[in-house]
Amino acid sequence: MEQLWIDIAAVLAAAAPLVIAAMGETLSERAGVINLSLDGTMLLAAMTGFAVALTTQNLILGFAAAALVGALVAAVLGVFSLTLGQSQTAVGFVLALLCTDLSSFLGAPFVRLPGPAVPFMPIPGLADLPILGPILFRHDPVIYASFLLVPATAYLLYSTRLGLIVRALGERPAAVYARGIDVTRWRYAMLILGGALVGIAGAAFSLDLKQGWSYRHTLGSGWIVLAIVIFGGWRPLRVALGCYLFAALEIVATRSQSALPGIPTQMIQVAPFVFMILVLALVNLASSPTVARWIATLPSVWQRPLLVIVYRLRATAPAALGQPFERP
Amino acid sequence: MKRVAVLTQPLLALVAAFVLTTLVLLSTGVSPLEAYRLVIFGAFSTPVRLSDMIMLAAPLLLCAVGLSITFAGGLYNLGVEGQMIVGAIAAMVPLRLWPDWPPLLLWLIAALSGAAGGALWALMIGILRRYAGVSEIFAGLGMNFLAGGLALYMVLGPWRRQSSASLSGTDLLPRELWLPTIDRLRLAPAAPVIALLALVIVWWTLTQTRWGLEVRAVGLNPAASERLGIATARRMAETFAACGALAGIAGMLQVVAVHHALIPNISSGIGLLGLLVALLARANPRWLLPITVAFAAFTVGSIQLPLTLGIDSAIAGVLQGALVLFALATRIRQ
Repeated sequence: MEQLWIDIAAVLAAAAPLVIAAMGETLSERAGVINLSLDGTMLLAAMTGFAVALTTQNLILGFAAAALVGALVAAVLGVFSLTLGQSQTAVGFVLALLCTDLSSFLGAPFVRLPGPAVPFMPIPGLADLPILGPILFRHDPVIYASFLLVPATAYLLYSTRLGLIVRALGERPAAVYARGIDVTRWRYAMLILGGALVGIAGAAFSLDLKQGWSYRHTLGSGWIVLAIVIFGGWRPLRVALGCYLFAALEIVATRSQSALPGIPTQMIQVAPFVFMILVLALVNLASSPTVARWIATLPSVWQRPLLVIVYRLRATAPAALGQPFERP
Repeated sequence: MKRVAVLTQPLLALVAAFVLTTLVLLSTGVSPLEAYRLVIFGAFSTPVRLSDMIMLAAPLLLCAVGLSITFAGGLYNLGVEGQMIVGAIAAMVPLRLWPDWPPLLLWLIAALSGAAGGALWALMIGILRRYAGVSEIFAGLGMNFLAGGLALYMVLGPWRRQSSASLSGTDLLPRELWLPTIDRLRLAPAAPVIALLALVIVWWTLTQTRWGLEVRAVGLNPAASERLGIATARRMAETFAACGALAGIAGMLQVVAVHHALIPNISSGIGLLGLLVALLARANPRWLLPITVAFAAFTVGSIQLPLTLGIDSAIAGVLQGALVLFALATRIRQ
């Protein structure tokens, strides 16, 4: 039984960078801006964070530099898409490739060097609790931060005036504008805040989860985070759940290698990505009117449970996601 | 005014991209001039490098041309990398099944099979979008990972080397099945010819046929096109299939003309680079060929950087990305 709690703790720890990045992306997408550069941003921030922490021997500076890189890339995306009116998809995609190559080029001197890492920090007292102790309180500060970030994001979005503005930015920017609020400025703010979180997520890879730096260090996590945000229906708690689900799948995939020796390792590593596509399709199907009509034709015994499942799965994107805002 | 803008904007983008890349180079302490000399002219320094450049430009042009079709239809096909991989796998099937058949016939079958594989893989993205509402961007990316897994499976599983399975690829194809290659140059002239042919055919189709007109109409305004009686969803699916078919042929060329085997990294990022080329050329399809050649030259030229200057070759990618980024910035707001 003890092993189970340790496994759960391992999943929570492995998901930390995903959770941090996914909360950042949720914030900017809720404000109507899709930051497709995520994968490149995470790599560049992971490299910078590691390089800074190594040269200054200061972890805080490393994380700060990573956050700054994330914020800067987001700001560039903002200038090109929000100010110059270019497609968010195109600019984000180009930035993703550009930052990936930048991280390879600038990070070359740091490949496979030993460097500082976030120290393990069990919380005195709480760490000894049965069950909860091993699951929640025997981690390092980055992982604790990822736990706190989820309710914090949910609180910001649903319980504050700022959250109301952010959600309106993504749904009805014209209404926000009519209330005398500067749409572009607030979209910038959320995009940059989200970018800073994505940067911190990058550093969480290089300074904590996968300590060090190497070529393509984050293994496509940025792309997965983009999919998880959709899976989570742009709702922080469900997005976090998606991150934990994905991390659990990855761990199961690695473990099952020994159980299924006939299947090459690399095949198992793609399995979570495939699962993600299937889940995305399912989530989207649940939101389609075709499925609603199909359920209506079924015997009534089946209707209720199916409707509940569909309701739970449903996810609708912010109405103005990716749309440029023109002042009326 | 507009005529001036047509000239000054690309120039501005070019200058901005070089300023950014120079700053990056300066930060590593190498001489930017020396690095640029290698990146820009390195590919033209010896006949072998020149032919390497041409052999990279051929699949790159095929992908970029294909992507220009989906761009005309207003869609992003980020799955082009996966379509290339599946094209390569599909092309391997007849090559492995009937190695004794006349090579010319076999190449034709392999090209058709590769094109079909790429097109089907692309259509799956279309199906996911049409029937499951998955954005083509995420479906495309996901299918890339899936295709990569499939290639790995073939290399390590059913098609593994007889001696020992390894990540380095399948057994080499028999020599007769390699596309005719000029000795000591690694140049298979058929590859660039096929790519140029594709460029001409696609250009003609997009500008001169009713199908091309409809595709462009869908790209400009899908809702209006639907009302005008254009089968919008059908046209979108067709653009995806066409792009996938061209990427599939690019994958087939990687097999019969470059690697002569299936390797896990058969697409080598050519599809993603093709996206950059297509994005940069979007305003003017006449630039597809020159940009393809320039990007292929940068990539081949940069390969010498680690040996001669001790810096990472990814600087070519930085230059290419910066060019596209600033070109997007200076383009007139749509």
